[in-house]
Amino acid sequence: MRVRAQIGKVLNLDKCIGCHTCSVTCKNVWTTREGVEYAWFNNVETKPGTGYPTDWENQKRWNGGWVRSASGKLHPKQGSKWRILANIFANPAMPEIDDYYEPFDFDYDHLKSAPDMTAFPTARPRSKITGERMEKIEKGPNWEEILGGEFSKRSQDYNFDQVQKDIYGEYENTFMMYLPRLCEHCLNPTCSASCPSGAIYKREEDGIVLIDQEKCRGWRMCVSGCPYKKVYYNWDTGKSEKCTFCYPRIESGQPTVCSETCVGRIRYLGVILYDADKIEAAASAERETDLYGAQLDVFLDPNDPEVIAAARRDGVPEDWIEAAKVSPVWKMAMDWKVAFPLHPEYRTLPMVWYIPPLSPIQNAAQAGQIAMSDQMPDVRSLRIPVKYLANMLTAGDEEPIVHALERMSAMRLYMRALSVDGVRDEAIAARVGMSGRVIEDMYKIMAIADYEDRFAIPTAHREQNEHGADIRGGCGFTDGNGCSTGEAGKTTLFGGKKKKFALPQETF
Amino acid sequence: MFGDFDINFVIFGVMPYVALTIFLVGSIVRYERDPFTWKSSSSQLLRRKQLIWGSILFHVGILTVFFGHLVGLFTPIWVLDAIGIPYALKQWMAVLIGGPAGIAALIGSTMLIHRRLVDPRIRVTSTFPDILIMVLIWLQLAIGLLTITQTLQHMDGSEMVRFMTWSQSVVSWNINAWVTVVDVHWLYKLHIFLGLIITALFPFTRLVHIWSGFAAPFRYLLTRPGYQIVRSRRHRPLEERRRAYDKVQAKRGPTATTPAE
Repeated sequence: MRVRAQIGKVLNLDKCIGCHTCSVTCKNVWTTREGVEYAWFNNVETKPGTGYPTDWENQKRWNGGWVRSASGKLHPKQGSKWRILANIFANPAMPEIDDYYEPFDFDYDHLKSAPDMTAFPTARPRSKITGERMEKIEKGPNWEEILGGEFSKRSQDYNFDQVQKDIYGEYENTFMMYLPRLCEHCLNPTCSASCPSGAIYKREEDGIVLIDQEKCRGWRMCVSGCPYKKVYYNWDTGKSEKCTFCYPRIESGQPTVCSETCVGRIRYLGVILYDADKIEAAASAERETDLYGAQLDVFLDPNDPEVIAAARRDGVPEDWIEAAKVSPVWKMAMDWKVAFPLHPEYRTLPMVWYIPPLSPIQNAAQAGQIAMSDQMPDVRSLRIPVKYLANMLTAGDEEPIVHALERMSAMRLYMRALSVDGVRDEAIAARVGMSGRVIEDMYKIMAIADYEDRFAIPTAHREQNEHGADIRGGCGFTDGNGCSTGEAGKTTLFGGKKKKFALPQETF
Repeated sequence: MFGDFDINFVIFGVMPYVALTIFLVGSIVRYERDPFTWKSSSSQLLRRKQLIWGSILFHVGILTVFFGHLVGLFTPIWVLDAIGIPYALKQWMAVLIGGPAGIAALIGSTMLIHRRLVDPRIRVTSTFPDILIMVLIWLQLAIGLLTITQTLQHMDGSEMVRFMTWSQSVVSWNINAWVTVVDVHWLYKLHIFLGLIITALFPFTRLVHIWSGFAAPFRYLLTRPGYQIVRSRRHRPLEERRRAYDKVQAKRGPTATTPAE
């Protein structure tokens, strides 16, 4: 057993209202620079839809993630090391910027500077790459917002696999949900495995996956390697960038920006202890439907004395072990089994998990006739097909999804009985294999979701990681190149652009 | 004082050392000082069209030509004699392998230049050194291919041996190296001169990615046993931490009671 700790994350899709606050705050902090205008470390997709970049879930097209060979060995789907090196001159699996969208802005200035005209002035779009006029915007970061576009296009959604999708194009049967997406900070990331330079790494202390900007050479294999398409090539700097899990905030015990600002309170952060020795076997599970269960086996119970002893021996700090015991992520993934990994079939063992959404029963007119077992609707008759959710979260295995949806709907029933009738109905809890006390805890964390219940983030141990004497007089946080400004006269000597590192200044 | 001054001495006697010094020192300085600027500067994200074919043709062609020059020029002549390869045969090999490779690289670089100058996205994101180095390489390839016309007029290998002698004299600090190439055809001279210019410009352009390109297979295949990389910021490796922990645990007796008890 080799115990490591990671700050894991859960998103409760049952409560996501699709407000995009997470995306906007993330963008404002991380990707407003030139070269990454098109990149969204966090984005929210309306499902069903083909997403951003278009059709990202279809690995037949994009070759992301891992495949298991006949001998049971894993290699990246885009190829083993030799294949990756052979494709270094031109990467056949890499998306073009048009698969995301061409970044644009509008001529806002024209609104106030236009001369006297017969027609009202308009702000027309302009490309952020070339600066040229764009006559028509063909795509944006959230092009299918609230079921935008025709069903025939949106129904290319990979999660419709084995679903009789035609009826969902009809107005009466339509359904939708939101899927906020960010880097999964996988236990078995394909981005880092694909990097010939070795620039991408996972941090031992907190599991965050980062790209070393000084080691990245722009070979672009990570972009195609990541099945979630969450590594972005910065066309200005020529380096790849990705979600950093807001590591400077995490290190100081604060939630990531997207989690902090989530108005729906759907995001949870907490410590998960895992056994690093089990990763390879779990990712190589034979059947795709076994991958969810295999990943559960990688996680270690923070209340098990044996695990605690091993964690201490491997140097997991005491407060991290304590944090793991109260981790909301552990509770939702392991205790209650309501959270699931996104597309476990990619074999990356993602660490951002999702609680599937409940939805209204399929046909309101039939509400009276629908199978209700003891006031509880059959979750298989909900508007969002279980198979669709299963394709997204459990590689198509419906059982765990049904189980989770039943628990969530039992929670509503139980709490209604408690708050309306004042009755603690243990029978409801027992039907889904829980007790009233656990359901009340579940309600407190999932429905009320107080700040301190959502986030249990121990701070980083700088005393273990840094030698104060070494960093004294260092250059601190810089924009690459260490302390060098690389300047020689008007331009920089080595071709970089001259950028002043400016601190934000407040003016009163 | 300058009575004996010969431009050939400057270009073929002095310039190789100047160019190689700039090349080496410049590369080291850039790698050390500005690692963030060290990159391939790929534009594939912005436009895939013409890149896939152009880039593969160019790179495969130019790598073949590069290694051809490296092996061809720097293999000591006594090695050729020892193995028993006639000079004429070696020259034919150079023409027959280098020719097609050079043509592939020229076609590829033509596609890439066209793309870089005509495609609005690539044009606007190109820097001056990007375009300059590309044009220089295109010229170098064209001149290199043109020298074949001269080469074919004397297939006995004697000219080739002169270039071998020159390159090997340069790297073995022979100050009279330049004399061997004084009276070769001007196309050859231009080719060498442009080659030295490109060498000198190397550290200031995107060409630095060649270093990384050659290093990548070694790093990826040889120095990395598996696929994954985990970095630890802790001072001691896991095994050492475990040993230290076990040692402390062994010392601490079961009767750790306080005096008050």
